Amino acid sequence: MFIAASAAVLVAMFLVLVRACLGPTVYDRILAVNSIGTLVVILIAVFGFLSGRPEFTDLALIYALMNFIGTIAVTKYVRFNDMGAGEGHEEQGDI
Amino acid sequence: MQATLDILTWACIAIGAFFLIVGAIGMIRFDDLYARMHAASLIDTMGLGMVMLGLCFQAGWTLTTAKLLMILAFVFFTSPTSTYALVRASLAAGVLPEVAAEGRERAKRASEASG
Repeated sequence: MFIAASAAVLVAMFLVLVRACLGPTVYDRILAVNSIGTLVVILIAVFGFLSGRPEFTDLALIYALMNFIGTIAVTKYVRFNDMGAGEGHEEQGDI
Repeated sequence: MQATLDILTWACIAIGAFFLIVGAIGMIRFDDLYARMHAASLIDTMGLGMVMLGLCFQAGWTLTTAKLLMILAFVFFTSPTSTYALVRASLAAGVLPEVAAEGRERAKRASEASG
């Protein structure tokens, strides 16, 4: 059953990668990379069970956090051309 | 008992795998950025949720189940946040959603051109 889950995740990853290559705007690509990150989290967890080492769930949790932070950082950079606080945006925030 | 847990695991992972592939196909087939976000949210919620639930049944009442549920809770809260940030950024950049009338026009033109 874990092999079936891994195969499904790999197929989904390949399909989303096609969108990451095709996507006409940069926001399509950001969305696709975010989805690939979530698929990687599933793959790490399933692979941990497949190899009999449940410690891989720690890695999956860390990668879920990093994926979220990375998506927000790239979105902020593409939107503002700046990773810092920016001027004049305090009243409406970044996100 | 173990057979029941195995059946539950198979069911959850099968449903999760189905939604993963449906979400990925939707990301390719849709024509609009905002429609693709709807498809991508399927991967985050039903795909990851069902697969993690199936793995929880296999792990039993251990620390691994707690960690899997922590992953689920974290993605449950952060996936809408990153979608929201992306939508705000793309709207501010001027990528407009395709309204229903334009979609019907485009479909009519496509069918007239090919038919």
